[in-house]
Amino acid sequence: MEDKETKSDRSELNRRTFFAKLGLGSLSVAAAGTAVFCYQYLSPNVLYEPSPVINAGKPESFPLDSVTEDVNSGIYIIHSEEGLFALQAICTHLGCLTAWKQELGIIACPCHGSKFFVRSEGEHKPGDKIEGPAPRPLPWKKMWVSEDGDLMVDRSTEIPPMQFVRV
Amino acid sequence: MAKTLENYFNDLRRTRLWRSVFRSGWGTSTLHRSLAIQQNVFLHLFSTKSRKRMMSFSATWYLGTLTFGTFLILIITGILLMLYYHPSVPQAYADTKDLQFVVSSGMFLRNLHRWAAHAMVFLVFAHMFKVFYRGAYRPPREFNWVIGVVLLLITLLLSYTGYLLPWDQLAYWAITVGSNIALAVPVLGEKIHFLLLGGNAVNANALLRFYVLHCVILPLAAVVLIAVHFWRIRKDGGLYSHASEPRTIAQQLATANVEAAKPEAK
Repeated sequence: MEDKETKSDRSELNRRTFFAKLGLGSLSVAAAGTAVFCYQYLSPNVLYEPSPVINAGKPESFPLDSVTEDVNSGIYIIHSEEGLFALQAICTHLGCLTAWKQELGIIACPCHGSKFFVRSEGEHKPGDKIEGPAPRPLPWKKMWVSEDGDLMVDRSTEIPPMQFVRV
Repeated sequence: MAKTLENYFNDLRRTRLWRSVFRSGWGTSTLHRSLAIQQNVFLHLFSTKSRKRMMSFSATWYLGTLTFGTFLILIITGILLMLYYHPSVPQAYADTKDLQFVVSSGMFLRNLHRWAAHAMVFLVFAHMFKVFYRGAYRPPREFNWVIGVVLLLITLLLSYTGYLLPWDQLAYWAITVGSNIALAVPVLGEKIHFLLLGGNAVNANALLRFYVLHCVILPLAAVVLIAVHFWRIRKDGGLYSHASEPRTIAQQLATANVEAAKPEAK
């Protein structure tokens, strides 16, 4: 008897603690597996959302010095003296659709009052913030002319400002 | 001799059917009354005995009970609204309009659901203010206060998820703005936003997810926590706790101040 007790005292892991640790270990592995399973199940692998690439039509339909808002795809096609470019119309603050205010010559967000430049004015580039809570300027989107001569915009690709398309 | 209404009730209470359901027996003794509460699955969450003054209007303004009342109205009207509403992009808005202008009593049920929802949010806040200013959040009832805070969050989430379901411009942009707030979470913001909406924008998946949250997950969580909330009232000693009464606390403070003001014993 005495010998047995000293034996279990010496070994750090007796049968009871071994099985308790084994049980807790397998439970935590199962819990981690469940968490990964849930995360994977809840993030869709295929999205049935509109394509990020849109066909804006012929460049001729955007006259010089014009701002055209496409409310369905959430972009502006702007034709300035430097050339054509595309600006995101979704406000960088909380995702509202901004509006082109022709009488003021600016882009304004109806939700929380952010305002943005449309033309280059001094140091300010088109898309830069004039005022309001927006944390970033409206991003420029990749634009090119397709083989058919249509203006294409990739809404998922941001480009550095001041890259114009000349037709 | 004419039978009074009470006689009819007494006859009913003597029937075998009645006695098989309410087995504690009938009587006005304290024991009978206690058993009637204790042996009923719905009432057993409550204390078998309550102080009369805690049942008075001035003690609680019945704010918790009223909140629960609006919750019951929301469940009943919500289930009825579900019978005509399809959570899909082409149908959701049209179904809401159908409920208002085509379905019999649809307008009444939808408005009842809407006003009860507003009332519930208001009453939850009023209930919490009352509990706060009465000092009822203090020990021994501090854990029930924590459950109450979680119930406040569930109420607000129910309100928020229900907002998207009519699928009109107001709903769409409110949920766009609301879900974009999740993007402000450091590191995990994008992932939370994506999981919440089931995509990158408020669309068919988002509508379905908000519908399931609004009609199943959040109400279930609320029911479970409300049960615990009621049960804790009893376990923590009922609606009155001498230790947390503002008067007791004031007295304790006064005594403590007197002790502190005494000059040190030599």
